[in-house]
Amino acid sequence: MNTRTSSPVGTLDRRAFVTALLADRRDLLVVSGLGSATYDLAAAGDHDRNFYLWGAMGGAAMIGLGLALARPDTPVLVLTGDGEQLMGLGALATVGARAPKNLSIVVLDNRLYGETGMQASHTGRGVDLVAVADGCAFGWTMRVDSLEQAGPLRERLHRREGSGLASVLIAQTEAARVLPSRDGVENKNRFRRALALPTI
Amino acid sequence: MSAAPPAAPDWRDQVFETFKRNSVRQVCYVPDAGHSRLIALAHADPEIDAYPLTTEEEGIAASCGAWLGGHRSVLLMQSSGVGNCINMLSLIENCRFPMLTLITMRGEWGEFNPWQVPMGRSVAASMSLMGVSVRRVDDPARMADEVQAGLDDAFTADQAVAILISQRMLGRKQWTR
Repeated sequence: MNTRTSSPVGTLDRRAFVTALLADRRDLLVVSGLGSATYDLAAAGDHDRNFYLWGAMGGAAMIGLGLALARPDTPVLVLTGDGEQLMGLGALATVGARAPKNLSIVVLDNRLYGETGMQASHTGRGVDLVAVADGCAFGWTMRVDSLEQAGPLRERLHRREGSGLASVLIAQTEAARVLPSRDGVENKNRFRRALALPTI
Repeated sequence: MSAAPPAAPDWRDQVFETFKRNSVRQVCYVPDAGHSRLIALAHADPEIDAYPLTTEEEGIAASCGAWLGGHRSVLLMQSSGVGNCINMLSLIENCRFPMLTLITMRGEWGEFNPWQVPMGRSVAASMSLMGVSVRRVDDPARMADEVQAGLDDAFTADQAVAILISQRMLGRKQWTR
């Protein structure tokens, strides 16, 4: 047995935290990583400025980067899980090297691959995404383990003060699935309409 | 003795001018020697955000994000990077995102390094399997027009387009100096 199990597990309710993070969201643009993060974003309230991923694992942060560069005056939030971000670890280097001020990545970290049967992920085995983001020259990072931190984190990402990453230690419980539209073309067009951009 | 005939315009400069004429605002890339002039021109332009990627599928996702926010982008890669993109291309198909990528070819003509061959040989088929329209350019004089057509197809008709720049057009890599 050589599995590392040293990383602490969180107690935060993921839905309560995401709802608090998205309260008073103003002009915030949100991209959610596939699986539970997409259900959490939908559960907090469907919105024209939400872009839900149902696949493209590892791509959420990079969609956020392209979007943040296109809309520098608007805060962009990538809401994702530990497994999704681990697949896009290189993207943290790409984000850190370009570092738009309006991009924040919030990783809902339950140390598990939840969608596939709750297998332990790397973050439960000593891998530290906050340390990775620090090493990738992010402007700020934050470790979150209480609901009270949702407000300060929300204000921080609205201030657009540098590319940031927060790791939110959430409980290893499964929330009821809240399924948003999985019509990608409609989701894309709705998002662009919300920004007064033409659709084909 | 008559003066030397005027040099033919460099196709790389013509491609960049085509980017500019079509309001391309983001250029992301995994470097390749064949793209080095375009990369340098993109970085030097204050209206273009140019940034390197650690792997090519990042650029697929970034171009989708750029379009969500209203920017046209172009992804530059070498043939060996195509295999890295396969699953991320489902994002393009599912959401019918526009995409234009310029791919410099290795492993197909005058190649010294056999490690370039398997992916080089599979580029067109891989992209086609994932629903990307593949066009191949062998003639430098055709390049700018192909890029113009690719930009039109991508950003006015929501198509995904890969333009393959042949190794013959790029020239042999020099292995001895």
